[in-house]
Amino acid sequence: MTPVETNGKNRIGLTVADYRGAKSTLCPGCGHDAITGSIIQAAFEAGLEPHRVAKLSGIGCSSKTPAYFLSRSHGFNAVHGRMPSIATGVSVANRSLTLLGVSGDGDTASIGLGQFLHLVRRNVPLLYIVENNGVYGLTKGQFSATADVGSKAKSGRVNELMPIDVCALAIELGCGFVARSFSGDPKQLRPILKAALSHRGTAVVDVISPCVTFNNHEGSTKSYLNVKEHDAPLHDITFIPSYENIEVDYEPGESREVTLHDGSRITLKKLGEDYDPGDALHALQTIHHGRQEDKFVTGLLYADPEKEPFEQDLRLVDSPLASLPLERVRPPKEVLDEVMSALMTGKS
Amino acid sequence: MKATNNNFTIHVATVNGSGSQTANTTLLRAIFQMGVPVSGKNLFPSNIAGLPTWFTIRVNERGYLARTHGNDVLVAMNPETSLEDIAAMGPGSILILNDGVPAPRIPEDRTVYKIPFNKLVEPIVADAKLRKLVVNIVYVGVVAHLLGIDPQEVDRALSAQLGKKPKALDMNRAALKAGADYAAQNLKTAPFRVERKNKTEGKVLIEGNQAGALGALFGGVTFLSWYPITPSSSLAESLQSYLERYRRDPKTREATFAVVQAEDEIAAIGMVLGASWAGARAMTTTSGPGLSLMTEFTGFAYYAEIPAVIWDIQRVGPSTGLPTRTSQADLLSTVFLSHGDTKHVILLPASVEDCYLFGMRAFDLAERLQTPVFVLSDLDLGMNIWMSDPFRYPDKAWDRGKVLDADALAKVSTFERYRDLDKDGIPYRTLPGTDHPLAGYFTRGSGHDERAFYTESPETYKRVMDRLARKYETARGLVPPPVIDRAPGAEIGILGFGSSHWAIVEARDMMAAEGLATDYLLLKALPFTSDVAGFLESRDRVYVVEQNRDGQMAALLRMEYPELGAKLRSILHYDGLPIDAQSIVDQVREREGVLAR
Repeated sequence: MTPVETNGKNRIGLTVADYRGAKSTLCPGCGHDAITGSIIQAAFEAGLEPHRVAKLSGIGCSSKTPAYFLSRSHGFNAVHGRMPSIATGVSVANRSLTLLGVSGDGDTASIGLGQFLHLVRRNVPLLYIVENNGVYGLTKGQFSATADVGSKAKSGRVNELMPIDVCALAIELGCGFVARSFSGDPKQLRPILKAALSHRGTAVVDVISPCVTFNNHEGSTKSYLNVKEHDAPLHDITFIPSYENIEVDYEPGESREVTLHDGSRITLKKLGEDYDPGDALHALQTIHHGRQEDKFVTGLLYADPEKEPFEQDLRLVDSPLASLPLERVRPPKEVLDEVMSALMTGKS
Repeated sequence: MKATNNNFTIHVATVNGSGSQTANTTLLRAIFQMGVPVSGKNLFPSNIAGLPTWFTIRVNERGYLARTHGNDVLVAMNPETSLEDIAAMGPGSILILNDGVPAPRIPEDRTVYKIPFNKLVEPIVADAKLRKLVVNIVYVGVVAHLLGIDPQEVDRALSAQLGKKPKALDMNRAALKAGADYAAQNLKTAPFRVERKNKTEGKVLIEGNQAGALGALFGGVTFLSWYPITPSSSLAESLQSYLERYRRDPKTREATFAVVQAEDEIAAIGMVLGASWAGARAMTTTSGPGLSLMTEFTGFAYYAEIPAVIWDIQRVGPSTGLPTRTSQADLLSTVFLSHGDTKHVILLPASVEDCYLFGMRAFDLAERLQTPVFVLSDLDLGMNIWMSDPFRYPDKAWDRGKVLDADALAKVSTFERYRDLDKDGIPYRTLPGTDHPLAGYFTRGSGHDERAFYTESPETYKRVMDRLARKYETARGLVPPPVIDRAPGAEIGILGFGSSHWAIVEARDMMAAEGLATDYLLLKALPFTSDVAGFLESRDRVYVVEQNRDGQMAALLRMEYPELGAKLRSILHYDGLPIDAQSIVDQVREREGVLAR
């Protein structure tokens, strides 16, 4: 069920090619390239207007990828770990933009952990994708802070430190959309990305994305084979955008539905136990148990679609701050006179 | 200098958090209202309550506003510091002591008044906690009577502050009266006093940070992100309150601005860059330690060419240093803030009026030059009270620089983000959201070519860096030029910047009175404009006055004009207190071989 017209054009008349970018310079077979493919497809299917998208990233292999999709959009490759602050500024300056951020596990969970958490805390509207491979690729194979306990590096070293789970942290800070997926499962990833793009606050999507060069060996928990074997999806996900009036036929009790603020819907078809993505405590428990059982629990972990985005908190005017004309931002002369007169008399 | 009528200082020693601010402002404003120029300087600890704090009012008919060496009137309210406070007072001074504070033996040539402040305030205020605050107003009554400050002006200054709180006003009025009555009945008036003049007509009293905030307000700021740090917080907070008052629709409550308190200074500058990249007029405020944290992003903004306005209200470093003292020692590190080859545009406000003007101008420059622009103020200018002519409403529109919108893009066949089409080093930019297929480009801190594509090509890297250097040359013609004041018969020059200006002005008058005429160049910005070289060339010796240890401005001048370096002499002041005129005079005299008369 894709909202694509038969002539290969989406609802705003663009083709998939219009959402592509420069050729990737990552290693052949990199999980990140698969995610790029899913982003392109999701943006195409969602009918995003490329000029209304700002692509943001930090530093690392993952952060290079915004150059490989949506070449018509403005892109911002920030400094290491600081994409969230850039995103916050962009979002506040122009609330009409759709922000698509790509980061990695080093960029998010180590150097950028503070900014990541504060971004989530503020609920800045942004799709924040973590391309998570548990390893520093560009600097050749050091562990990152998401490396699992017991995972072996290419050098033979074994990680003994607790991994930082970005999804659990995001849930703890009240993030309104938290999902985990796998670069090798585009069927799951695409609807998650489309739904995340429709969410009105911060959407954190952690995508396990094996590094084929430095973390794909036996003993690595984030090798392609190991992730494939231990991927434990919570549900089958279907995304129905607000402009489509589609009913999905499931037997009663077989599925759950999450309605986003813009009216679009996420349908979650039960695979095993019933999973309620509106229960934060249960989500944290599920992540915790998954880790104990060496499983990668994937799917929509937590959703609170009505959580107020940051702009609401700031009570901004509708027009983007970036495009306000001088007469709206320079108070009239009377204001200066009033202030000066108070400074003459000392009256507050 | 001997205290005379309308020419003396009042030094009030209290305890931090004791509410002495109302009292000191009342005293300051009452004298100001009598037409006599004043300045107010706070010497305060890095502490909320309990540690010693001092407030110094300089009363000067000629309008000198700098700090002076030594004080003429002491109000000693703090038993913790009274021994030192008293010992620091010279012959001819007046000492108003809270009865019971420890005091050394005081020489005969000082006038001592011991006042039972606590007894005087007791019948007025029942609550003991409140009494500690109101007792400060009693000294205002005493000082006003002793120095001949018009009681009506004192009352006017007090009610301006407390007019909205009638109960507090009544209580404080009673305290004022108790002090004045006691002084009238028991004390002889002082040997020098305040005489009514007309030298403050139409003037305002304002702190530099507040003035900077007003500049940003009228400059059309739309985005402020900041992290609290002394002494810059009052700029951000003052701006926020002006914005809330004048830029939020009273009916819909919608704002044409955003203020974000960031999690640290790295995030603060990051948000500024994001907002500015997207087209907002964005700024941040900070001080030394925060500036250090902004280093990496500053280099990014320089290389990726993103406008940003960064206020640094300098305090004493390195490290935490003396957080509540003043300095001009961030200069060198700011000019070159970042790894790699960078040089930044810096504005150097010398007055509260400059703070206001540069509050606007910094945005125009940052957007015109597409680069970070720093405003280097300091604690003395930013947090102390200065007299000024009222600020004038801007007569010019803003300059938003070279931005191509969809209409402009429709008229061109290609758009290259970093192409130097105008040969001034400044390329054109587009904003995200621009509805045109040519608009998009990729901003990055890594090597890039004219089209903003990634490259490691040696030729391209060098070409871009050379263009950035060319852009800095363009900046020379855009930044505010220095102000030069020539004196007939001058053989030597003085070069200064920032808050040192006030001590320099006074020092020049003192030296001129002794027959030593000086030319003066007040630097307002970096990069140096052509006037600077001309000034250095015109004199054999130029004294560079600055408030840091290593002569940082002199070092920059030597870098820029190596052939003129031998002419430069540094006059340095770096103990954390604002520079005073006498220190400058003494150092120049010594180097010039002139003996004091």
